[in-house]
Amino acid sequence: MTALSAFFYRKPKLRLGFLLSAPLLWLGLAYLGALAALFVTAFWHTDAFTGQVVIEWSLDNFTTLFTDAVYRTITFRTVGIAALVTVIDAVIAFPMAFAMAKLASPRAQRILVIAIMTPLWASYLVKAYAWRSMLSGNGALSRLSPGYGVTATIITLSYLWLPYMILPIYAGLDRLPDSLVDASGDLGAKSFRTFRSVILPLTFPAIVAGSIFTFSLSLGDYIAVKIVGGTSQMLGNVVYDNIGAANNLPFAATVATVPVVIMLVYLAAVRRTGALDNL
Amino acid sequence: MKNRKTRLAGLLGASLLLAACGTSGTSSSAPPGAQGFTPPKLEALKALGQPEGQLNVLAWPGYAENGSNDPKVNWVTPFEQQTGCKVNVKPFGTSDEAVTLMKTGQYDVVSASGDASLRLVASGDAEPVNTALVPNYADVQPFLKDKPWNSVGGVSYGIPHGWGANLLTWRTDKVTPAPTSWSVMFDANSPYKGKVIAYDSPIYIADAALYLQAHQPDLGIKNPYALDDKQFTAAVNLLKQQRPLVSEYWSDYLKESQALKNADAVVGTAWQVTVNLTKGEGAPLESAVPSEGATGWSDTWMVAAKSAHKTCAYKWLDYIVSPKVNAQVAEYFGEAPANTKACAEMTDKTLCDTYHANDAGYAAKIAYWTTPIPQCLDGRTDVKCKDYGEWTKAWTEIKG
Repeated sequence: MTALSAFFYRKPKLRLGFLLSAPLLWLGLAYLGALAALFVTAFWHTDAFTGQVVIEWSLDNFTTLFTDAVYRTITFRTVGIAALVTVIDAVIAFPMAFAMAKLASPRAQRILVIAIMTPLWASYLVKAYAWRSMLSGNGALSRLSPGYGVTATIITLSYLWLPYMILPIYAGLDRLPDSLVDASGDLGAKSFRTFRSVILPLTFPAIVAGSIFTFSLSLGDYIAVKIVGGTSQMLGNVVYDNIGAANNLPFAATVATVPVVIMLVYLAAVRRTGALDNL
Repeated sequence: MKNRKTRLAGLLGASLLLAACGTSGTSSSAPPGAQGFTPPKLEALKALGQPEGQLNVLAWPGYAENGSNDPKVNWVTPFEQQTGCKVNVKPFGTSDEAVTLMKTGQYDVVSASGDASLRLVASGDAEPVNTALVPNYADVQPFLKDKPWNSVGGVSYGIPHGWGANLLTWRTDKVTPAPTSWSVMFDANSPYKGKVIAYDSPIYIADAALYLQAHQPDLGIKNPYALDDKQFTAAVNLLKQQRPLVSEYWSDYLKESQALKNADAVVGTAWQVTVNLTKGEGAPLESAVPSEGATGWSDTWMVAAKSAHKTCAYKWLDYIVSPKVNAQVAEYFGEAPANTKACAEMTDKTLCDTYHANDAGYAAKIAYWTTPIPQCLDGRTDVKCKDYGEWTKAWTEIKG
């Protein structure tokens, strides 16, 4: 045992490699490998009658995905919902995070952080069904209720993902030195000017970091829209229906590449803002 | 840096290859035979053995109650006591879900409707059933035996269980006069716009076809499950026209019950069990088979080919169609029992008349769920019909 540790002590690179091998194996094989294996099935198809996967390489699934107007509509609807949810959450979260980080006492800050976290401890389903009953014709919001549909989905998702937006912005604002705000005031800037020229640019990466969560979570969701979405579908529903109802794993895998590609494009776009360092 | 990237790419490539090799060789497509396909060669059980102590049941909601929904409704526990087979029940919402779950190989028996049974036979997930080992089979209605959805080439693949129609249901306080036609759900000018609830499954296209069969005779639809290009397009267009009327599609009967109770939906397609359940909670509901007729189900208990608990499975098959239990299930679910002796066991003696249990003529009028296949089921040979894969694609398109 001593000999072994002495050996690893003399060879630091080997030691590092040894220590990292298990997590890397997990990341490479179990995590990315499984994802890669899934995407390979996107090039296969199923026998329409028996539902068995037929291993024949073809681009038919991708052709369907790109030529059928319905999948385009669903993709645009999903991206639209995700973008709106992100904007709504950012607008609600910023003042809340600002009050937490800059106005509350340290003790109140801790209580507020816990208060923001509590909804995350409750079951997703309970929260979604609570919104279903609130949005229903006899619900608490019946006067204002938009009924079930895209609007209801946006409301429910905004509620569900709000903590994921507040916490990164809070962390970003917490790191912003008060002295910068004071200096801006001393130089004669009114509060809006300080917000626009000092606070917003410095916390923008934190907002983008929050948006990565709300955007990607909305992109993949299918449960909320199943519960409050009425007749509308999102990408997640198409994936779910193709696995659960149609038993068409290959096509589901094809559809599942869409949010992955959208997220890659989005991450590439926000890389320069430094948001990824804020995660 | 470049070196590291290539190495990562190599690793990914290797895992792809591994994944590709690992699952190859499982493909099989059924060549067309007498009924459009030839099922894989599987043998029925020759004789019963010792009960294995376990049984995994895949059932429509209401078919295998173990007291968890209502403590008074329980026919699983007596079975466990009689046979020593511990029963795990998994309810499913749609036939497609049942077919998918059966592929996992974790279930021993399934209550399959006609739109699922042939797919299970063709894929080799369900095996022939030796009816001689099921004594109660002798009392099953003759008009339910050896049907295209529970037998292939004269070989039985299961025990008929019960049958019924997909009903039109409505809130009596919101929908007046009482509807007698499906047009309240399909007519673009329906006064119940945005308050219609429809079934969420590709097989629902048949409901539209049935409606067209009555309202557009020039399309020449004879069987709502055998639709050629033109007929299929007409049915799909009818459902697209219906979509703005629909408040939501249901596959979970409890979600539908809730929507009807809250009057988020006032008219829709429902099963008798949903109507009974919702009425029981105080909602003013009524249901009927409209003038155009209705689609419906004729269910069959089937045995999984991969089942490791075959003796328990056969015991369950015999138990669930025994007069007493068949009556209990039929009464709870709201359908006609398959066993001719079940009617005498019903608590409510009028139910067998209500469900036309002994009326072969009525049973013949329901358009039972059947899996659509390329060979037209109505016997036409000059055209190709749309298969279930195309029905599924169209269903996504209809929902938009």
